[in-house]
Amino acid sequence: MGLKKILDNLKPTFSEGGKLSAFGSLFDAAETFFFVPNETAKVRGAQIHDAIDSKRSIFFVVIALIPAILFGMYNIGYQHALVTGACTPDACPCADIWGNFLYGLAVMLPKIVVSYAVGLGIEIAVAQWKKEEVHEGFFVTGILIPLIVPVNCPLWILAIATAFAVIFAKEVFGGTGMNIFNPALVTRAFLFFAYPSMMSGDKVWVNGNYIDCINGTPAVDAVSAATPLGQLAAGEAVTYSPMETIIGTIPGSIGETSVIAILIGAVILVWANIASWKIILSTFVGGALMAYFLRYDGAQNFEWWEQLTVGGFCFGAVFMATDPVTSPRTEGGKWIFGFLIGALAIIIRVLNPGYPEGMMLAILLMNVFAPLFDYFFVQANINKRAKRAKK
Amino acid sequence: MSLFSKENGAVFMGPLNLNNPIAVQVLGICSALAVTSQLKPAIVMGLSVTVITAFSNVIISLIRKTIPNRIRIIVQLVVVAALVTIVSNILKAYVYDVSVQLSVYVGLIITNCILMGRLEAFAMQNGPWESFLDGIGNGLGYAVVLVIVGFIREILGFGTLFGFQIIPDGAYVENGGLYINNGMMTMPAMALIIVACVIWAHRAYNKDLEA
Repeated sequence: MGLKKILDNLKPTFSEGGKLSAFGSLFDAAETFFFVPNETAKVRGAQIHDAIDSKRSIFFVVIALIPAILFGMYNIGYQHALVTGACTPDACPCADIWGNFLYGLAVMLPKIVVSYAVGLGIEIAVAQWKKEEVHEGFFVTGILIPLIVPVNCPLWILAIATAFAVIFAKEVFGGTGMNIFNPALVTRAFLFFAYPSMMSGDKVWVNGNYIDCINGTPAVDAVSAATPLGQLAAGEAVTYSPMETIIGTIPGSIGETSVIAILIGAVILVWANIASWKIILSTFVGGALMAYFLRYDGAQNFEWWEQLTVGGFCFGAVFMATDPVTSPRTEGGKWIFGFLIGALAIIIRVLNPGYPEGMMLAILLMNVFAPLFDYFFVQANINKRAKRAKK
Repeated sequence: MSLFSKENGAVFMGPLNLNNPIAVQVLGICSALAVTSQLKPAIVMGLSVTVITAFSNVIISLIRKTIPNRIRIIVQLVVVAALVTIVSNILKAYVYDVSVQLSVYVGLIITNCILMGRLEAFAMQNGPWESFLDGIGNGLGYAVVLVIVGFIREILGFGTLFGFQIIPDGAYVENGGLYINNGMMTMPAMALIIVACVIWAHRAYNKDLEA
């Protein structure tokens, strides 16, 4: 247990009165990151203990995101290779898998670093200021943010949006566990409304930059590539087959394109009992029903069920709607919550000409209603029991 | 009582800081969100409200002893409405483009809570000179917040101040730079967040307001 010894030796330096006590919260975060804390709460009243604490459960979410992250990186390189002519759509998957992946890694890594540096920086500063521990919630938010933005989103804009979301969607409400809105989605909403030219349209989905030593293809600027939803909104025929939208070799936000990668994540989350399968299932049911009802409105070679495979629908349903903080706690509430998210997302997509994608707005709107659903289900239960008591 | 006594000074200074109509009393928020996307309309709006508050305060204060108590709100409204109409016409005559930008919000000064609040709470009990100072103070307290919000919104949302370009052309993405204006700043939602930040900073500075 070398690491444990090092941490124990360092502890006095960071504790109250030690030399580096100003960084106490940072040390505490690192210590509890590696080891489950050995202190227990004082015995007073009922206590519920779970074998994995929130830092450990957060890890499962990050693990569940890995397939989407890896595929997202590959797809960045693949889309780049398509426009530079190194790949053709017929030769899918492209022969140079490793080169494409490395290219995507090089493009993606700065975004992950910026998102974590800005978000964790603010969290640590606030924790130190309020003399609290650093909460672990941002470990997931920090990796979600780069996954839900277009590949060409500039880093400084990403930094501003992350700072905005952490301060105004999270810290002012009291930090992790107190937020009403999903901070990653607030980041995206901020980007969407503040910098629309960087978040939608045809020019943001494919990175044309030339990165030396990785992908020997020339640079191209301002690459035009429409997403399936962009084509639908413009009333054009969708040029991507269902096979492509399910595997995910289409332009789109980095992590959202591959249905398969996201479903692997969903299986991990549900197996680990972290995400509610009720929310995921009801979101798909709501989306499917609404897509079926609205199937005549839209492009002709686009089947209604394909709505569920394009855009951020799967990613939102699996990783955003199931956020335990911003979704309802009651089981009945979860069904309604998910169903309305799915239905609303499709309504916004199909009926609102302004927004090609509706998943983000649907989830944010339903985040507001989550406490209301809980209230009604709890109240119904109280009434039922009150009636039984009267008998 | 002398014209510039300590009490009168407090009547004037209070609304500018510790009793600010927007930051402390949280009144007049609606117009503060609607007209502050640029600095020029924000200043014009602030000055209009200042003038109207001051003179309606004076008029109501002069006739306060003759107003029957049961119809005082109607009398106050008539006075405010008359002044708003005058100001609105002056704006149309001299700064037409700003008056178009302000659109209905000049007319809506009639319903501004700050005005009715000052008439009811101050002008009905105090003499004309105190009421005048109170009106000027409240109007300027309102205008100060509007100017702060308008300044932040215009420079970040449009890259301009008073319509003059501040951020150099070369900094923009279209011209090979990196910078993009923040579109969210042009929306009222962001104005609400900026007003919240102003209140936050104000309270952090004046600890005794926290209670």
